[in-house]
Amino acid sequence: MIALEGAVKTYGPTTVLDNVSVTFGGEGITALIGPNGAGKTTLFNIVGRLIRPDRGRVSVDGRPIEAVPGRELARVLAVLRQDNHLAARLTVTDLVEFGRFPHSGGRLTVADRDHVERALDYLGLQGYRGRFLDELSGGQRQRAFIAMVLAQDTRYVLLDEPLNNLDLRHMAEIMRLLRSMADDLDKRIVVVLHDVNFAATYADRIVAMRAGRILADGPPEEIISADVLADVYDTPVDVRRIDGRPVALYYG
Amino acid sequence: MLTEIAPAAVTDPAPRRTGWVRSLAARRGVRLAGLGILVLALVALYLFTDVPGSLAFAVRIRSLTVAAMLVVATAVGVSTVVFHTIVANRILTPSIMGFDSFYALISTLLVFFLGSGAFLGFDELTLWIVQVVVMVAFSVVLFTWLFGGRRRSIHLMLLVGIVLGTFFRSFTEWMQRMLDPLDFQVLTDAMFASLTRPDPLLLALTGVLVTAGCVVLIPLLPTLDVLTLGEATAVGLGVDHRRTVMTLFGVVSVMVAVSTALVGPIMFFGLIVANLAYSYVATFRHAWTLPAAAGLGMVCLLGGELVLERVFGFGATLSTVIEFAGGLFFLYLVLRKGAR
Repeated sequence: MIALEGAVKTYGPTTVLDNVSVTFGGEGITALIGPNGAGKTTLFNIVGRLIRPDRGRVSVDGRPIEAVPGRELARVLAVLRQDNHLAARLTVTDLVEFGRFPHSGGRLTVADRDHVERALDYLGLQGYRGRFLDELSGGQRQRAFIAMVLAQDTRYVLLDEPLNNLDLRHMAEIMRLLRSMADDLDKRIVVVLHDVNFAATYADRIVAMRAGRILADGPPEEIISADVLADVYDTPVDVRRIDGRPVALYYG
Repeated sequence: MLTEIAPAAVTDPAPRRTGWVRSLAARRGVRLAGLGILVLALVALYLFTDVPGSLAFAVRIRSLTVAAMLVVATAVGVSTVVFHTIVANRILTPSIMGFDSFYALISTLLVFFLGSGAFLGFDELTLWIVQVVVMVAFSVVLFTWLFGGRRRSIHLMLLVGIVLGTFFRSFTEWMQRMLDPLDFQVLTDAMFASLTRPDPLLLALTGVLVTAGCVVLIPLLPTLDVLTLGEATAVGLGVDHRRTVMTLFGVVSVMVAVSTALVGPIMFFGLIVANLAYSYVATFRHAWTLPAAAGLGMVCLLGGELVLERVFGFGATLSTVIEFAGGLFFLYLVLRKGAR
């Protein structure tokens, strides 16, 4: 379990995380929703140890994250960031092999190569394995990064807006993939999503944030309601039921 | 589910070419070996040709120069590539941190206050130690202040480095303007990198420190590769980013400082050498780029010195020769890549 207790982060006068206490890491997919600037990425960065909270405790499987060596933590918890700009040109295989770094320290064993192959298979990337990342489409590129995270072979997988800049088909493809990773491989997935309907369709639990606080936390049926969403996004949202499922209409 | 159609042909990381000679030349191992052979050929050419008197004497004197070149080429090539990885930018060199300008400032201060006579009469070892200590201290202070603290910003550190470097350069120029012509000439002479006839003791000291730097880097090679993915991803993969970057930066400062103190401002060709190395071995892996950068640095220095001595008869400076030839070759590589 990934637990935050009273986490506070401020940048100057702005409070980005305001006394957040939340636990992630239950079975299945947890979607993190909320408007821009709600503190979702900050929360991820704190869990991923990229920044330190000003106050509060963060623990993974009961151990405070400052006490766990970096490599050990990286074998339990993988984070896929929003912005994956690379200074160097690498191929898909190079990238996926990096996922094994926490295990191998850079010298790949037979078992490591096996993990890499399985990740490439799982993401359907075998046909592109020798391609440079900058020669791939957005959807293929995103799959390559997910393959790296998968090769990392962690229990917890955190993804920050993995649907960014993808078209309809690729968005659905990535979400189905995350679903099967949760169901078949028992990954505990936490994913930041902007499209609440994807959250409603694929997540088991939705955590809604606004202005550095957790506003709502529960199963999709509970969260995807006109009242809650209007409160979270500070804008009117119409929720209809289509084929028994709640669908948010926010285009007007 | 994943229904994308695989491309008809899987492209290799290295561009496919026809013919066995070309496919052999595309291999990194072969390329690195070729570079080694070229270096050895240039060394032989430098040592054994154009000998006016006794061959043994010429070889003894010249091998000191070759050793200095080896040490300096390694320091410049390796430190520039590592610096590029730390700052995630391939158009900077460690000299942006003001190493060269500091060297100029110290020399100018000495000449300004003590006069050229005292400057020339200075014990070389003392001068070398002073230069190294001041340069390393400056970069370490700058680094721990702006990167080790809460701010942890590499860009802020670079910016402050550039501003201070410019300040020291202007200050140096202002002092140089007030020197008498003789002092100024002595100083100008010291400002050109000179690899010929280094002091054997200083050369040995520099060699030991540069070798020590390389030894520190060897276990860090895979971590350096991970750092090319950027700080966020590297941390996600379990790299202790702060400690690693501090170590790497320490190695870079020592390497640059000792070689600058040995031969003078020398960082000018680091940029060319590092970028040539990236093109030459076509990989981001430091196990390849670091030796390639050192080897190419050696080719630049030896080739430049040969051209300088045998073609121009010392009618130019080493930096002019290397930057002219290296710059042209670099442009060729960039344009060829663009057309691909």
